[in-house]
Formats: sequence, C-alpha cells, structure tokens
Amino acid sequence: MKLKKTEEIIFKALMYISVSFITASLFLIVFSIFYKGLPSMSWEMVSQTPKGGFYFGKEGGILNAIIGSLYLSIGATILAMLFGIPIALFMNVYLRKYNRFVNGIRFFLDLLWGIPSIVYGAFGFTIMVMLGIKTSLLAGIITVSIFILPIMVRALDEVLKTVPVGLFEASLSLGSTRSETAFRVFIRQTIPGLATAILLSFGRAIGDAASVLFTTGYTDHIPTSIMQPTATLPLAIFFQLGSPIEEVRSRAYSSALILTVIILLISVIARVISAKYNKHRIKF
Amino acid sequence: MKSKIDIKNLNLFIGKQQILKNVNVQIPENKITIILGPSGCGKTTLLKSLNRLTDLYEDVKVSGEIIIDNEDILHSSQDVTAIRKKMGLLAQRPYPLPMSIYKNVAYGIRISESENKKTIPQRVEHHLKQVNLWDEVKDRLNSPASRLSIGQQQRLCLARGLAVNPEIILADEPTSALDPISSQAIEEKFIELKEQYTVVMVTHILRQARRIADYVIFMYLGEVVECGTAEEFFTNPKEEKTKAYIKGAFN
Repeated sequence: MKLKKTEEIIFKALMYISVSFITASLFLIVFSIFYKGLPSMSWEMVSQTPKGGFYFGKEGGILNAIIGSLYLSIGATILAMLFGIPIALFMNVYLRKYNRFVNGIRFFLDLLWGIPSIVYGAFGFTIMVMLGIKTSLLAGIITVSIFILPIMVRALDEVLKTVPVGLFEASLSLGSTRSETAFRVFIRQTIPGLATAILLSFGRAIGDAASVLFTTGYTDHIPTSIMQPTATLPLAIFFQLGSPIEEVRSRAYSSALILTVIILLISVIARVISAKYNKHRIKF
Repeated sequence: MKSKIDIKNLNLFIGKQQILKNVNVQIPENKITIILGPSGCGKTTLLKSLNRLTDLYEDVKVSGEIIIDNEDILHSSQDVTAIRKKMGLLAQRPYPLPMSIYKNVAYGIRISESENKKTIPQRVEHHLKQVNLWDEVKDRLNSPASRLSIGQQQRLCLARGLAVNPEIILADEPTSALDPISSQAIEEKFIELKEQYTVVMVTHILRQARRIADYVIFMYLGEVVECGTAEEFFTNPKEEKTKAYIKGAFN
C-alpha cells in the first residue's frame, strides 16, 4: 500500500518537472526574443523595405519579408488545403471500412512527415531546374505546400478519426450520401480541431527556412507577381544573424519577434473562429 | 397478417466468424416486432443488415435475401441511399447531428427533396410535435442539439428520422441510455406510430418486450430460435430455450 503511494508521488513529481521544463523553455525563448529584439524594434522595421544602407545597420525595415512570408504561407496553406481536406475526408469517410489500407496511407504520410524540409527544398529546386523555372513565389508556394501536406493530412486525419461510427450511421440512415455526410456532418462536428490542424500546418509553413532557401530566393522588393523571387522572415533572420554588424544582428531578433507575433495573432483568430462553431459539436 | 420485410436464408460472416446463421423470418407490416435475445446473439447485426449499415464494416460478407416491397435490398444494383431513406434509425444512444435543433430535423428534408422549401418550417414543427418535443424546444430552435438532455436528444433523433417519411422504424435498444420516464415516452410513441409505420426494435429487456410487442423474434447465438405473435410467444412458447429465457435463465 505504502509502495503504491510512493510510486504515485514520484510520478506526480516527474510530471510537474516535465511540465515546468517545457513551459520554462517556452518562456525563455519568448523572453530572449523580446529582450534582444525590442531595442531595435521600430515602426520603420514593419513599414519599410530595406533601403541602401540597411545591411550595414542603416535605415529601412523588413516589410518585404513580412509581406513575402504571408503571401508564401497563406498561398501554400490554401494549396495544401485543396488537396489535404479531400484526402483526409476520403480516408475517414469513404475508406473507413478498409482499415489496413488506410493505416498503410498513414504510415507513408508519417514517413513523408519525417523528411527534413531541406530535402523538400532540394526536390523543389531539382524540378524547377528541369522545367526551367527561376526562383519565385510560385515555386516556393508549391514546394512549401508539398512539405506541409503530409503534416496537414495527418493532423486532419487524427481529428476526423474521432467522429463516432454512430454519427456516421445516423447521417447515412437519413438518406444522405457519403459526400453529404463528409461535408455536412464530419466537418461540422470537427471544425475546431480542423482549424487547429490547418493552423499547425500554417505555422510550419511560415517558420520554415530550408524549403524556401533554393525555391523562393530573396529580394529587397515586395513581389508584384507570383513569378518574382520573394523574401521570407526565416531567411531574413538567417541573413541578419550572420552579419558581423551588431545593429543588424539585433534586428534579426526583431524579425523573430515579428514572426512570433504573427503566429500568435493567427492562433488567437483561429481559436475565436473555432469557438464559434464548437457549440454545435456533439460530445460523446 | 401482411409481411413488410421478408428475410430469406440470411447468413452473415465477419471474417471467419458467422454472426447470423440461416435467418428466415417475416416482419409484419404496421406492427411492433421485437428482436429479443441475450447480448452477442446477433440482434443488432440483423437490424443493421436491414438498412445495409453492415456495408460500413470491414470483412463483412452477407448472403441470402432481404425483400422489402418486392425488392431484394441486398442486391448490388440497389440504390443504398434510397433503401436507407425508407427506414428511420434510432440507435442505442442518441446521435444528434452537430447543428441546431431545427436543422437536425430539417436536414433529412433538405437533402432529399428539392422542392417545397417553404413548407420546411411547418414540417419541422409537425415532426417535433409528433414526438412531443415541440413545447420543450419551440423557444430555442436555433440552439445546438447538443444542449438537450439525453432523453430529449433521443426524441429529436426520432423526429429527425420521421421527417424523411420512412415506412419502417428501426430501433436498436433505443431506451438503454434513457431514464424511466424518457423510456416510457419512447415506448408510448412506438405504440402510436405503428398505425403508420412498421416498427422493428431490438431489446434485451424482457419486460419491455412484453409491454409493447406484437410480434417477437427470439435469437440465440446467431440463430432464430422462435418467432411468432407476442401472445403465443409469452404464454405458450414451443422451444425449450425460449421457455428458459422467459424464466430469466440467460439474464
């Protein structure tokens, strides 16, 4: 009896330690970004593109990278959704009874998830060379969407898996087809989870540097067409951090701060939207 | 006695396990037919094969015939959606759709009929009144169905099923998750509904069967042991297993 109680105490302690470790590292990251980034944060940083002496610590901002990153990750997320949502619904509504087959698909998606993003970047670059496309926003959007597609599908799939078979049967019994069940019942039941899954993929898209390194290139201008090269925030951070000039390095932290704030804002918006639909969810 | 559903030589396997063994029964029209038996005897499987929900499960093999209105619904050329629309399903626990109370009832009407959009509000009201739910929900039709109590949800599911104008009501232990008062409401509703519908209900509660059955199918280990009118079944059972079950030996 006493042994069991000690066991309980030990595991509880381990749990508290790991939770505090994770939260502490999160706070440490956020704190260091704010601490190092705030001093060089200015309206200029978010409202201007780099001017002549920007890379020597003079005037200008990183509006080009902010806009570029938003274009790129919104584009890639939408493109990945166009494929990802139908794939995940197909796996859970149409192929529901072929469990072994669906588990095979899940296995391959997990493999794809594990591939480092630089490999996707190199793959995208190889295709671009073959087709004779230059570094551009379009090439970046396509590469990043391929990179986040397995992440998105698996995340959506985990959410859709939670729909109970009883609800599926109930919808079919009312004479709805599988596609009506998929779009009117499955999506409505899981919309908060789906929003989170899409957001997770968006976070991966906006935060990844390696996949855009060869494919989108870098420029000081805001792109006016999807065929132009585009700057992105992760690469802006990367280039600024590598600078020998103190002011430029400190701007890298400001850029990281901007990236963090964008992700935070989008999480909050998604939470608000999903909370609105959450009330219809049937709890089982 | 006119039969609505005619089941002939129905065999059902899941993998190598035989769940239904050569089932031959007729289910009478406008009566309450109760499928009775201990757990795991194939009652629910038999019910689900009537509207082909068995299609949803892996490794299910079905052979035999289920004839409804002179058509074999197991035949592969049949439109499964149309078959299912003929039958309302009430499950062991209510599964309301993830939408408002109003939309739950309107859902089936909206997807099946393109004309008569204007009459939907009246029909929703009619079907909610049919299950005695209207007075409880008329002021909050747009609030989510998930906020109703379990008993109210089950009646909502019945209303939703009735809204697609079925001919048959399938019920799989519909009162097992409900409190006694809600159970009674469902039972009374079934007795009323048999005027217009053929009701097939699975239960393992013997007293419930006594209360509402017109016709009883008793199953044991995948086989139909005995079937007949409720009066004969309870007062004068022929098979030894039936006698033992009525005495409570399997419960």
